[in-house]
Amino acid sequence: MLDDFFVRALLVGIGMALVTGALGCFVVWRRLSFFGDTLAHSALLGVTLSYTTEINMALSVFVISSIVALILLKLQKKTNLPADALLGLLAHSSLAIGLVVIGLLATIRFDLMGLLFGDILAVNVNDIAVVWIGGAIILIVLKIIWKPLFASTVNYELAEAEGMNPEKYNAIFTILLAAIIAISIKMVGLLLITGMLIIPAAMARNLSDNPNQMVIFSIIGGLLSVIIGLFASLEINTPSGPSIITSGLILFILSLTKIKKKSQLNN
Amino acid sequence: MTNKNDTLVKLDNAGVLVNDKWLVRGVSLEIKKGKIITLIGPNGSGKSTTAKITLGLYKNIEGKVEKFTDKIAYVPQKINIDWTLPIRVNDFMNLTSTLKNNDIDSALEITGTPHLKNKDLKSLSGGEFQRVLMARAIAKKPELLVLDEPVQGVDFNGEIALYELIKKISDTLNCGILLISHNLHVVMSKTDHVVCLNGHVCCSGTPIDVANNEKYQELFGKDISKILSVYEHSHDHIHKIDGTIEKKEN
Repeated sequence: MLDDFFVRALLVGIGMALVTGALGCFVVWRRLSFFGDTLAHSALLGVTLSYTTEINMALSVFVISSIVALILLKLQKKTNLPADALLGLLAHSSLAIGLVVIGLLATIRFDLMGLLFGDILAVNVNDIAVVWIGGAIILIVLKIIWKPLFASTVNYELAEAEGMNPEKYNAIFTILLAAIIAISIKMVGLLLITGMLIIPAAMARNLSDNPNQMVIFSIIGGLLSVIIGLFASLEINTPSGPSIITSGLILFILSLTKIKKKSQLNN
Repeated sequence: MTNKNDTLVKLDNAGVLVNDKWLVRGVSLEIKKGKIITLIGPNGSGKSTTAKITLGLYKNIEGKVEKFTDKIAYVPQKINIDWTLPIRVNDFMNLTSTLKNNDIDSALEITGTPHLKNKDLKSLSGGEFQRVLMARAIAKKPELLVLDEPVQGVDFNGEIALYELIKKISDTLNCGILLISHNLHVVMSKTDHVVCLNGHVCCSGTPIDVANNEKYQELFGKDISKILSVYEHSHDHIHKIDGTIEKKEN
Protein backbone atom coordinates (compact mmCIF):
# COMPACT_ATOMS: atom_id res chain seq x y z
CA MET A 1 0.00 0.00 0.00
CA LEU A 2 2.85 2.37 0.90
CA ASP A 3 4.22 1.73 -2.58
CA ASP A 4 1.60 4.02 -3.96
CA PHE A 5 2.79 7.65 -4.06
CA PHE A 6 -0.75 8.90 -3.54
CA VAL A 7 -1.28 6.87 -0.38
CA ARG A 8 2.05 8.11 0.98
CA ALA A 9 1.04 11.68 0.22
CA LEU A 10 -2.30 11.20 1.98
CA LEU A 11 -0.65 9.70 5.05
CA VAL A 12 1.88 12.51 5.32
CA GLY A 13 -0.75 15.17 4.69
CA ILE A 14 -3.09 13.76 7.33
CA GLY A 15 -0.29 13.57 9.89
CA MET A 16 0.67 17.14 9.15
CA ALA A 17 -2.90 18.47 9.29
CA LEU A 18 -3.46 16.94 12.74
CA VAL A 19 -0.59 19.03 14.10
CA THR A 20 -1.01 22.26 12.12
CA GLY A 21 -4.70 22.32 13.01
CA ALA A 22 -3.94 22.39 16.72
CA LEU A 23 -0.87 24.64 16.64
CA GLY A 24 -2.54 26.93 14.12
CA CYS A 25 -5.18 27.95 16.67
CA PHE A 26 -2.45 29.28 18.95
CA VAL A 27 -0.80 31.01 15.98
CA VAL A 28 -4.08 32.82 15.29
CA TRP A 29 -4.84 33.55 18.96
CA ARG A 30 -1.37 34.90 19.62
CA ARG A 31 -1.21 36.85 16.35
CA LEU A 32 1.84 34.96 15.27
CA SER A 33 1.04 34.56 11.57
CA PHE A 34 3.97 36.70 10.50
CA PHE A 35 6.18 34.95 13.02
CA GLY A 36 5.34 31.62 11.37
CA ASP A 37 6.30 33.17 8.04
CA THR A 38 9.62 34.32 9.44
CA LEU A 39 10.43 30.86 10.71
CA ALA A 40 9.46 29.38 7.36
CA HIS A 41 11.67 31.83 5.46
CA SER A 42 14.59 31.05 7.69
CA ALA A 43 14.01 27.39 6.82
CA LEU A 44 15.69 27.98 3.48
CA LEU A 45 18.93 28.52 5.33
CA GLY A 46 18.33 25.25 7.16
CA VAL A 47 17.77 23.46 3.86
CA THR A 48 21.05 24.72 2.39
CA LEU A 49 22.77 23.71 5.61
CA SER A 50 21.46 20.19 5.19
CA TYR A 51 22.73 20.07 1.59
CA THR A 52 26.23 21.16 2.58
CA THR A 53 26.60 19.06 5.71
CA GLU A 54 24.36 16.15 4.75
CA ILE A 55 22.44 16.41 8.00
CA ASN A 56 18.80 15.35 7.85
CA MET A 57 16.83 18.23 6.35
CA ALA A 58 14.09 18.31 8.99
CA LEU A 59 16.71 18.44 11.70
CA SER A 60 18.74 21.25 10.17
CA VAL A 61 15.61 23.30 9.45
CA PHE A 62 14.47 22.77 13.01
CA VAL A 63 17.81 23.93 14.40
CA ILE A 64 17.99 27.05 12.20
CA SER A 65 14.34 27.99 12.84
CA SER A 66 14.80 27.59 16.59
CA ILE A 67 17.92 29.77 16.51
CA VAL A 68 16.09 32.47 14.54
CA ALA A 69 13.21 32.30 17.03
CA LEU A 70 15.59 32.72 19.96
CA ILE A 71 17.38 35.63 18.25
CA LEU A 72 13.99 37.26 17.80
CA LEU A 73 13.15 36.88 21.49
CA LYS A 74 16.52 38.46 22.40
CA LEU A 75 16.14 41.32 19.92
CA GLN A 76 12.66 42.07 21.23
CA LYS A 77 14.09 42.62 24.68
CA LYS A 78 17.16 44.56 23.55
CA THR A 79 15.81 46.95 20.92
CA ASN A 80 12.98 49.42 20.67
CA LEU A 81 11.91 48.17 17.27
CA PRO A 82 8.37 46.90 16.90
CA ALA A 83 7.91 43.15 16.56
CA ASP A 84 6.80 43.26 12.92
CA ALA A 85 9.93 45.17 11.88
CA LEU A 86 12.14 42.65 13.66
CA LEU A 87 10.26 39.78 12.05
CA GLY A 88 10.68 41.32 8.61
CA LEU A 89 14.34 41.87 9.27
CA LEU A 90 14.90 38.28 10.28
CA ALA A 91 12.65 36.77 7.60
CA HIS A 92 14.24 38.53 4.69
CA SER A 93 17.82 38.42 5.87
CA SER A 94 17.69 34.69 6.59
CA LEU A 95 16.00 34.11 3.22
CA ALA A 96 18.69 36.21 1.53
CA ILE A 97 21.53 34.43 3.33
CA GLY A 98 19.99 31.12 2.30
CA LEU A 99 19.93 32.21 -1.36
CA VAL A 100 23.50 33.55 -1.14
CA VAL A 101 24.69 30.24 0.23
CA ILE A 102 22.88 28.41 -2.58
CA GLY A 103 24.72 30.66 -5.03
CA LEU A 104 28.05 29.83 -3.45
CA LEU A 105 27.31 26.14 -3.77
CA ALA A 106 26.99 26.36 -7.52
CA THR A 107 28.01 22.74 -7.84
CA ILE A 108 24.96 21.54 -5.97
CA ARG A 109 21.72 21.76 -7.88
CA PHE A 110 18.44 21.45 -6.17
CA ASP A 111 14.84 22.10 -6.87
CA LEU A 112 14.08 25.63 -5.64
CA MET A 113 10.45 25.40 -6.72
CA GLY A 114 10.05 22.22 -4.70
CA LEU A 115 11.50 24.05 -1.73
CA LEU A 116 9.19 27.03 -2.04
CA PHE A 117 6.00 25.11 -2.73
CA GLY A 118 6.80 21.61 -1.55
CA ASP A 119 6.18 18.32 -3.25
CA ILE A 120 3.96 16.11 -1.18
CA LEU A 121 3.73 13.55 -4.00
CA ALA A 122 7.46 12.88 -3.75
CA VAL A 123 7.52 11.83 -0.08
CA ASN A 124 9.00 8.48 0.88
CA VAL A 125 8.31 6.09 3.74
CA ASN A 126 10.99 7.81 5.77
CA ASP A 127 9.11 11.13 5.49
CA ILE A 128 5.94 9.45 6.72
CA ALA A 129 7.80 8.25 9.79
CA VAL A 130 9.26 11.73 10.44
CA VAL A 131 5.85 13.41 10.16
CA TRP A 132 3.99 10.88 12.31
CA ILE A 133 6.61 10.47 15.04
CA GLY A 134 7.53 14.16 15.07
CA GLY A 135 3.87 15.12 14.93
CA ALA A 136 2.98 12.79 17.79
CA ILE A 137 5.71 14.32 19.94
CA ILE A 138 4.54 17.86 19.14
CA LEU A 139 0.92 17.01 19.99
CA ILE A 140 1.88 15.30 23.24
CA VAL A 141 3.97 18.28 24.33
CA LEU A 142 1.16 20.63 23.32
CA LYS A 143 -1.30 18.61 25.38
CA ILE A 144 1.01 18.79 28.39
CA ILE A 145 1.58 22.54 28.19
CA TRP A 146 -1.94 23.34 27.05
CA LYS A 147 -3.21 24.90 30.27
CA PRO A 148 -0.33 27.30 31.04
CA LEU A 149 0.11 28.12 27.36
CA PHE A 150 -3.56 28.90 26.97
CA ALA A 151 -3.60 30.98 30.15
CA SER A 152 -0.62 33.03 29.01
CA THR A 153 -2.25 33.46 25.61
CA VAL A 154 -5.37 34.88 27.20
CA ASN A 155 -3.47 37.17 29.53
CA TYR A 156 0.24 37.13 30.19
CA GLU A 157 0.21 39.02 33.50
CA LEU A 158 -2.64 37.06 34.97
CA ALA A 159 -0.88 33.82 34.09
CA GLU A 160 2.38 35.03 35.53
CA ALA A 161 0.79 36.40 38.71
CA GLU A 162 -0.90 33.08 39.35
CA GLY A 163 2.28 31.10 38.90
CA MET A 164 1.94 29.72 35.37
CA ASN A 165 5.38 30.79 34.15
CA PRO A 166 4.30 32.10 30.75
CA GLU A 167 7.82 32.92 29.54
CA LYS A 168 8.82 29.28 29.67
CA TYR A 169 5.71 28.04 27.88
CA ASN A 170 5.94 30.71 25.21
CA ALA A 171 9.46 29.52 24.46
CA ILE A 172 8.33 25.88 24.31
CA PHE A 173 5.53 26.84 21.96
CA THR A 174 7.98 28.65 19.70
CA ILE A 175 10.07 25.51 19.51
CA LEU A 176 6.99 23.43 18.65
CA LEU A 177 6.28 25.86 15.85
CA ALA A 178 9.83 25.53 14.53
CA ALA A 179 9.42 21.75 14.73
CA ILE A 180 6.21 21.56 12.69
CA ILE A 181 7.72 23.85 10.06
CA ALA A 182 10.78 21.63 9.93
CA ILE A 183 8.85 18.42 9.43
CA SER A 184 6.36 19.76 6.93
CA ILE A 185 8.54 21.98 4.74
CA LYS A 186 9.14 19.22 2.24
CA MET A 187 5.42 18.66 1.80
CA VAL A 188 3.98 22.14 1.35
CA GLY A 189 7.10 24.27 1.00
CA LEU A 190 8.24 27.30 2.90
CA LEU A 191 5.81 29.71 1.24
CA LEU A 192 2.72 27.69 2.03
CA ILE A 193 3.36 26.20 5.47
CA THR A 194 1.97 29.26 7.29
CA GLY A 195 -1.18 28.81 5.22
CA MET A 196 -1.62 25.34 6.67
CA LEU A 197 -1.31 26.85 10.15
CA ILE A 198 -3.59 29.81 9.69
CA ILE A 199 -6.33 28.96 7.20
CA PRO A 200 -7.94 25.96 8.99
CA ALA A 201 -7.73 27.83 12.31
CA ALA A 202 -9.30 30.93 10.78
CA MET A 203 -12.07 28.80 9.38
CA ALA A 204 -12.59 27.15 12.77
CA ARG A 205 -12.82 30.54 14.49
CA ASN A 206 -15.86 31.35 12.40
CA LEU A 207 -17.61 28.22 13.60
CA SER A 208 -16.71 27.96 17.28
CA ASP A 209 -17.52 29.61 20.57
CA ASN A 210 -14.95 27.96 22.80
CA PRO A 211 -11.26 27.10 22.52
CA ASN A 212 -11.51 23.29 22.48
CA GLN A 213 -14.16 23.36 19.81
CA MET A 214 -11.99 25.65 17.69
CA VAL A 215 -9.06 23.25 17.90
CA ILE A 216 -11.25 20.31 16.83
CA PHE A 217 -12.78 22.23 13.92
CA SER A 218 -9.36 23.46 12.91
CA ILE A 219 -7.98 19.92 12.78
CA ILE A 220 -11.03 18.73 10.80
CA GLY A 221 -10.61 21.68 8.43
CA GLY A 222 -6.94 20.84 7.91
CA LEU A 223 -7.74 17.17 7.24
CA LEU A 224 -10.45 18.06 4.73
CA SER A 225 -8.10 20.51 2.99
CA VAL A 226 -5.46 17.80 2.60
CA ILE A 227 -7.88 15.16 1.36
CA ILE A 228 -9.83 17.42 -1.00
CA GLY A 229 -6.66 19.14 -2.21
CA LEU A 230 -4.85 15.90 -2.95
CA PHE A 231 -7.75 14.30 -4.78
CA ALA A 232 -8.28 17.50 -6.75
CA SER A 233 -4.64 17.63 -7.72
CA LEU A 234 -4.89 14.01 -8.88
CA GLU A 235 -8.08 14.58 -10.86
CA ILE A 236 -7.34 17.89 -12.51
CA ASN A 237 -3.56 17.67 -12.43
CA THR A 238 -2.83 20.77 -10.35
CA PRO A 239 0.21 21.23 -8.05
CA SER A 240 -0.57 19.42 -4.79
CA GLY A 241 0.65 21.89 -2.10
CA PRO A 242 -1.18 24.87 -3.58
CA SER A 243 -4.28 22.69 -4.13
CA ILE A 244 -4.35 21.83 -0.43
CA ILE A 245 -4.13 25.50 0.54
CA THR A 246 -6.78 26.44 -2.02
CA SER A 247 -9.13 23.79 -0.59
CA GLY A 248 -8.54 25.31 2.82
CA LEU A 249 -9.45 28.71 1.47
CA ILE A 250 -12.67 27.35 -0.02
CA LEU A 251 -13.59 25.84 3.36
CA PHE A 252 -12.84 29.20 4.98
CA ILE A 253 -15.14 30.98 2.52
CA LEU A 254 -17.87 28.44 3.24
CA SER A 255 -17.41 29.05 6.97
CA LEU A 256 -18.08 32.76 6.41
CA THR A 257 -21.67 31.94 5.48
CA LYS A 258 -22.05 30.35 8.92
CA ILE A 259 -21.08 33.51 10.83
CA LYS A 260 -23.26 35.53 8.54
CA LYS A 261 -26.27 33.48 9.60
CA LYS A 262 -25.29 33.88 13.24
CA SER A 263 -25.12 37.65 13.13
CA GLN A 264 -28.42 37.84 11.29
CA LEU A 265 -30.00 35.85 14.09
CA ASN A 266 -28.51 38.19 16.64
CA ASN A 267 -29.84 41.30 14.97
CA MET B 1 3.07 39.08 67.70
CA THR B 2 1.52 36.84 65.14
CA ASN B 3 2.95 33.57 64.18
CA LYS B 4 5.56 33.74 61.44
CA ASN B 5 3.65 31.04 59.53
CA ASP B 6 0.77 33.42 58.99
CA THR B 7 2.84 35.55 56.66
CA LEU B 8 1.93 35.02 53.01
CA VAL B 9 4.19 37.52 51.38
CA LYS B 10 6.72 39.99 52.63
CA LEU B 11 8.19 42.97 50.82
CA ASP B 12 11.41 44.30 52.22
CA ASN B 13 12.47 47.71 50.94
CA ALA B 14 11.26 46.81 47.46
CA GLY B 15 11.50 49.08 44.44
CA VAL B 16 11.39 48.99 40.64
CA LEU B 17 13.48 51.06 38.27
CA VAL B 18 12.15 51.28 34.71
CA ASN B 19 13.87 53.44 32.08
CA ASP B 20 15.89 55.25 34.76
CA LYS B 21 12.77 56.15 36.67
CA TRP B 22 11.80 54.68 40.01
CA LEU B 23 8.19 53.60 39.73
CA VAL B 24 8.19 52.99 43.44
CA ARG B 25 10.93 52.56 45.98
CA GLY B 26 11.49 51.49 49.55
CA VAL B 27 8.23 49.64 50.09
CA SER B 28 8.08 47.27 52.99
CA LEU B 29 4.93 45.46 53.88
CA GLU B 30 3.72 42.13 55.06
CA ILE B 31 0.50 40.39 54.13
CA LYS B 32 -0.83 37.88 56.60
CA LYS B 33 -3.60 35.32 56.54
CA GLY B 34 -7.01 36.80 57.20
CA LYS B 35 -5.73 40.39 57.03
CA ILE B 36 -6.65 43.12 54.59
CA ILE B 37 -4.08 45.65 53.50
CA THR B 38 -5.24 48.66 51.51
CA LEU B 39 -2.95 50.69 49.30
CA ILE B 40 -3.90 54.30 48.66
CA GLY B 41 -2.12 57.14 46.92
CA PRO B 42 -2.41 59.51 43.97
CA ASN B 43 -2.14 58.44 40.33
CA GLY B 44 1.33 57.26 39.46
CA SER B 45 2.24 56.79 43.11
CA GLY B 46 3.13 53.16 42.54
CA LYS B 47 0.07 51.31 43.83
CA SER B 48 -0.29 48.93 40.91
CA THR B 49 3.48 48.59 40.72
CA THR B 50 3.57 47.57 44.37
CA ALA B 51 0.86 45.00 43.69
CA LYS B 52 2.86 43.66 40.75
CA ILE B 53 6.03 43.47 42.83
CA THR B 54 4.05 41.49 45.39
CA LEU B 55 2.91 39.13 42.66
CA GLY B 56 6.42 38.72 41.33
CA LEU B 57 5.69 40.27 37.94
CA TYR B 58 8.92 42.26 37.91
CA LYS B 59 12.09 40.36 37.26
CA ASN B 60 14.59 42.95 38.39
CA ILE B 61 13.70 44.62 41.62
CA GLU B 62 15.55 46.34 44.36
CA GLY B 63 15.03 44.89 47.81
CA LYS B 64 13.43 41.57 48.53
CA VAL B 65 10.13 39.80 48.06
CA GLU B 66 9.46 36.60 49.92
CA LYS B 67 6.41 34.55 49.01
CA PHE B 68 5.14 31.79 51.23
CA THR B 69 2.20 30.67 49.15
CA ASP B 70 1.47 29.57 45.60
CA LYS B 71 -2.27 29.87 45.91
CA ILE B 72 -2.62 33.33 44.50
CA ALA B 73 -5.47 35.01 42.70
CA TYR B 74 -5.14 38.33 40.95
CA VAL B 75 -7.80 40.76 39.81
CA PRO B 76 -5.93 43.21 37.62
CA GLN B 77 -6.93 46.81 37.08
CA LYS B 78 -7.08 46.43 33.34
CA ILE B 79 -7.17 43.29 31.32
CA ASN B 80 -6.87 43.02 27.59
CA ILE B 81 -8.31 39.86 26.16
CA ASP B 82 -7.61 39.26 22.53
CA TRP B 83 -10.96 38.79 20.85
CA THR B 84 -9.56 36.38 18.29
CA LEU B 85 -10.04 33.90 21.12
CA PRO B 86 -13.41 32.24 21.44
CA ILE B 87 -13.75 31.95 25.18
CA ARG B 88 -16.74 31.65 27.46
CA VAL B 89 -16.97 32.76 31.07
CA ASN B 90 -16.76 29.12 32.15
CA ASP B 91 -13.49 28.61 30.22
CA PHE B 92 -12.13 31.82 31.72
CA MET B 93 -12.96 30.66 35.25
CA ASN B 94 -10.79 27.59 34.69
CA LEU B 95 -7.96 29.59 33.17
CA THR B 96 -5.14 29.06 35.64
CA SER B 97 -6.47 26.11 37.60
CA THR B 98 -9.04 23.40 37.16
CA LEU B 99 -11.95 24.27 39.39
CA LYS B 100 -14.87 22.23 40.62
CA ASN B 101 -18.11 23.06 38.94
CA ASN B 102 -19.69 23.73 42.35
CA ASP B 103 -17.02 26.30 43.19
CA ILE B 104 -17.54 28.05 39.87
CA ASP B 105 -21.29 28.15 40.33
CA SER B 106 -21.18 29.47 43.86
CA ALA B 107 -18.57 32.11 42.98
CA LEU B 108 -20.71 33.30 40.08
CA GLU B 109 -23.69 33.25 42.44
CA ILE B 110 -21.93 35.44 45.04
CA THR B 111 -20.94 38.01 42.44
CA GLY B 112 -24.40 37.98 40.90
CA THR B 113 -23.34 36.58 37.55
CA PRO B 114 -24.60 32.97 37.34
CA HIS B 115 -26.54 33.76 34.16
CA LEU B 116 -23.28 34.65 32.39
CA LYS B 117 -21.63 31.24 32.78
CA ASN B 118 -21.93 30.17 29.16
CA LYS B 119 -21.74 33.63 27.64
CA ASP B 120 -18.91 34.62 25.37
CA LEU B 121 -16.46 36.75 27.33
CA LYS B 122 -16.50 39.48 24.74
CA SER B 123 -20.25 39.93 25.06
CA LEU B 124 -19.94 41.12 28.67
CA SER B 125 -20.19 44.74 29.71
CA GLY B 126 -17.35 46.35 31.67
CA GLY B 127 -19.11 45.95 34.99
CA GLU B 128 -20.10 42.34 34.27
CA PHE B 129 -16.53 41.53 33.32
CA GLN B 130 -15.27 43.08 36.56
CA ARG B 131 -17.63 40.79 38.50
CA VAL B 132 -16.51 37.75 36.52
CA LEU B 133 -12.88 38.60 37.27
CA MET B 134 -13.82 38.75 40.93
CA ALA B 135 -15.74 35.46 40.71
CA ARG B 136 -12.75 33.76 39.13
CA ALA B 137 -10.52 34.92 41.95
CA ILE B 138 -12.98 33.71 44.60
CA ALA B 139 -13.55 30.34 42.96
CA LYS B 140 -9.82 29.68 43.10
CA LYS B 141 -10.01 29.84 46.91
CA PRO B 142 -6.65 31.57 47.13
CA GLU B 143 -4.52 32.17 50.18
CA LEU B 144 -3.43 35.51 48.79
CA LEU B 145 -5.83 37.70 46.87
CA VAL B 146 -4.60 40.82 45.09
CA LEU B 147 -7.31 43.22 44.00
CA ASP B 148 -6.28 46.17 41.87
CA GLU B 149 -9.09 48.70 42.01
CA PRO B 150 -11.88 46.15 41.98
CA VAL B 151 -14.60 48.74 42.46
CA GLN B 152 -13.46 50.86 39.56
CA GLY B 153 -16.36 51.68 37.30
CA VAL B 154 -18.85 50.21 39.71
CA ASP B 155 -21.67 52.46 40.83
CA PHE B 156 -21.88 53.61 44.42
CA ASN B 157 -24.23 50.93 45.71
CA GLY B 158 -22.29 48.31 43.81
CA GLU B 159 -19.17 49.64 45.49
CA ILE B 160 -20.57 49.03 48.95
CA ALA B 161 -21.74 45.58 47.93
CA LEU B 162 -18.26 44.84 46.62
CA TYR B 163 -16.63 45.94 49.86
CA GLU B 164 -19.04 43.71 51.72
CA LEU B 165 -18.14 40.90 49.37
CA ILE B 166 -14.42 41.43 50.01
CA LYS B 167 -15.03 41.28 53.72
CA LYS B 168 -17.00 38.08 53.25
CA ILE B 169 -14.17 36.55 51.21
CA SER B 170 -11.70 37.51 53.87
CA ASP B 171 -13.87 35.92 56.56
CA THR B 172 -14.74 32.70 54.78
CA LEU B 173 -11.46 31.95 53.04
CA ASN B 174 -9.24 33.46 55.73
CA CYS B 175 -6.97 34.65 52.96
CA GLY B 176 -4.69 37.66 52.95
CA ILE B 177 -5.97 40.48 50.77
CA LEU B 178 -4.02 43.28 49.15
CA LEU B 179 -6.55 45.84 48.02
CA ILE B 180 -5.78 48.87 45.90
CA SER B 181 -8.29 51.60 46.41
CA HIS B 182 -9.15 53.86 43.52
CA ASN B 183 -10.34 56.41 45.98
CA LEU B 184 -7.75 58.31 47.98
CA HIS B 185 -10.02 58.94 50.89
CA VAL B 186 -12.03 55.83 51.22
CA VAL B 187 -10.89 52.58 52.66
CA MET B 188 -13.13 49.82 53.82
CA SER B 189 -13.72 49.46 57.51
CA LYS B 190 -12.30 46.01 57.80
CA THR B 191 -8.92 47.14 56.55
CA ASP B 192 -6.30 46.13 59.06
CA HIS B 193 -3.52 48.19 57.61
CA VAL B 194 -3.36 51.12 55.22
CA VAL B 195 -0.28 51.97 53.21
CA CYS B 196 -0.25 55.40 51.66
CA LEU B 197 2.09 55.58 48.70
CA ASN B 198 3.58 58.47 46.82
CA GLY B 199 6.50 56.89 44.98
CA HIS B 200 7.56 55.68 48.41
CA VAL B 201 5.70 54.78 51.56
CA CYS B 202 4.35 58.10 52.71
CA CYS B 203 2.82 56.67 55.85
CA SER B 204 1.16 53.52 57.01
CA GLY B 205 -0.84 52.12 59.89
CA THR B 206 -4.44 51.59 60.83
CA PRO B 207 -6.96 53.69 58.89
CA ILE B 208 -7.29 56.09 61.81
CA ASP B 209 -3.51 56.41 62.19
CA VAL B 210 -3.13 57.26 58.53
CA ALA B 211 -5.97 59.76 58.57
CA ASN B 212 -4.34 61.57 61.43
CA ASN B 213 -0.87 61.32 60.00
CA GLU B 214 0.75 64.65 59.15
CA LYS B 215 2.31 63.38 55.95
CA TYR B 216 -1.03 62.10 54.73
CA GLN B 217 -2.60 65.45 55.49
CA GLU B 218 0.28 67.17 53.72
CA LEU B 219 -0.09 65.00 50.65
CA PHE B 220 -3.79 65.47 50.20
CA GLY B 221 -4.42 68.74 51.98
CA LYS B 222 -5.75 69.10 55.46
CA ASP B 223 -9.36 69.65 54.54
CA ILE B 224 -9.68 66.76 52.18
CA SER B 225 -7.68 64.39 54.28
CA LYS B 226 -10.22 64.70 57.05
CA ILE B 227 -12.63 62.59 55.12
CA LEU B 228 -10.72 59.36 55.17
CA SER B 229 -14.05 57.72 55.63
CA VAL B 230 -14.56 54.17 56.43
CA TYR B 231 -17.16 51.83 55.06
CA GLU B 232 -18.82 50.00 57.85
CA HIS B 233 -20.35 46.94 56.30
CA SER B 234 -23.09 46.60 58.88
CA HIS B 235 -24.02 50.26 58.87
CA ASP B 236 -27.51 51.23 57.93
CA HIS B 237 -26.22 54.62 56.87
CA ILE B 238 -23.63 56.18 54.59
CA HIS B 239 -20.96 58.65 55.55
CA LYS B 240 -21.17 61.35 52.95
CA ILE B 241 -18.27 63.35 51.60
CA ASP B 242 -19.27 66.46 53.55
CA GLY B 243 -19.37 64.52 56.78
CA THR B 244 -23.09 64.23 57.06
CA ILE B 245 -24.80 60.94 57.46
CA GLU B 246 -27.41 59.61 55.13
CA LYS B 247 -29.80 56.79 55.78
CA LYS B 248 -29.12 53.85 53.50
CA GLU B 249 -31.96 52.75 51.30
CA ASN B 250 -32.74 49.13 51.08
